[in-house]
Amino acid sequence: MQDEPTPQELLTAVAAWLRNELMPVAPADKVFHVRVAANAIDLALRQLAQAGQGEAAERGRLAALLRQDGDLATLNAALAAGIASGVVNADDPAVIDHLYATTLEKLSVDQPGYAAYRRAAGLEGGKTP
Amino acid sequence: MKPATDAIAARTTLDDQALLTQELSRIAGQLAPGATAVVDMMRLSGGASQETWAFRAVGSAVDVGLILRRAPGGWRQADGAAGLETEAAVIRAAGARGVPVPEVMRVLTPEDGVGRGFITRRVEGETIARKILRDAEFAHARTFLAEQCGGILARIAKVDVAALPPLRLSPARQQLDDLLRRWRGMNLHKPVFELAFRWLAERCPPDPAQPVLVHGDFRNGNLIIGPDGVRAVLDWEIAHLGDPMEDLAWICVNSWRFGALDQPAGGFGSREQLFAGYEKAGGRKVDPQQVRFWEALGSLRWGIACTGMIDTFRSGLDAGVERAMIARRASETEIDLLNLIAPRA
Repeated sequence: MQDEPTPQELLTAVAAWLRNELMPVAPADKVFHVRVAANAIDLALRQLAQAGQGEAAERGRLAALLRQDGDLATLNAALAAGIASGVVNADDPAVIDHLYATTLEKLSVDQPGYAAYRRAAGLEGGKTP
Repeated sequence: MKPATDAIAARTTLDDQALLTQELSRIAGQLAPGATAVVDMMRLSGGASQETWAFRAVGSAVDVGLILRRAPGGWRQADGAAGLETEAAVIRAAGARGVPVPEVMRVLTPEDGVGRGFITRRVEGETIARKILRDAEFAHARTFLAEQCGGILARIAKVDVAALPPLRLSPARQQLDDLLRRWRGMNLHKPVFELAFRWLAERCPPDPAQPVLVHGDFRNGNLIIGPDGVRAVLDWEIAHLGDPMEDLAWICVNSWRFGALDQPAGGFGSREQLFAGYEKAGGRKVDPQQVRFWEALGSLRWGIACTGMIDTFRSGLDAGVERAMIARRASETEIDLLNLIAPRA
């Protein structure tokens, strides 16, 4: 067993240091990049916190839609190919529901502050993370 | 598309700064009558396709702010760009038709010794969308910006094609085909993008009988705006001939609304205001369904560009964190595409 602090704790500390210690003293042309670096750590932390839950749900939906089993990458590629070829009916509400659910799960990690995500996920009016 | 670092002064190569100051001082009098030197040479952006420099031409009774747009390192030319001499000619032609543009003071010649590019007058004002969309000093402008943009786009569409340098023709079908080829070449799997390609293929408008001048990147960030409205349209780098609905749609793409979801026209107005301004200024009748096609195509193109940053990042061509993070913005365009293609009440 590895010693602690956990990866999450280490990354959280680095992001806080970038924002609170480095950003105020960074040269003007580097402030933006320090902020992007801190945002990247936050994104990685959100993905770690999900611990694959979103992707497990996505795999379950894909297996049901496509009536086949496989890993997530294989099933996702099969859905993409099916939509492109017309084998999968892209007007099927179940397909559209899946695409919305998957896209919202991705955005909850990628860009939870994106206004179109917050509205689609019913989060409007809340505090922007 | 420009990185978000645009407004931030990039680190300047001292050699370039000194060279530009020295060489442009030789022709200062041609940049501003009575000027004898150029000073305060400052690099504004380090885009992959163009360099932008701000400086002043000064003399005993002269002090004029100027902008140099130059090929990277002086000479390199980006793929797909119209070319800097062509861009300068397009700006002049648009200006002659009443489009607000920065006045072109000089197109560089080889004798000038600083590379390919052109010099314009510096137009004062704001380009940062968040300020334009939120600050009180622009509150009045926000009431008429959408209609004004529509009017400007009508004037762009009415520029006499015969007065323009040769430009590539880029109608909808060709853009869609090119984008699909690029996407297939990336060998990635995104069901939302496939849905978008199918939806677009079913709705692709025919090639325009009379192609018109299209700016190609008419949006927040490329418009200099003051409390009095649009003062100049910048960045004519990807101008081409095609369908005028393309420009009307691009400014409505959600990525350029900067959070103002219910103000589709640039985050400052409605589609109705934009289209009314376009028609009032003599543009042809707007077909909202065709604009919706172009809006989805624009979103998809931006989404694929974001996704493509993975390769740039992983290949080491640009291993910066900013590149990596842009790749994680492709999902923004996926929700935008779903909202356009399969809207939920």
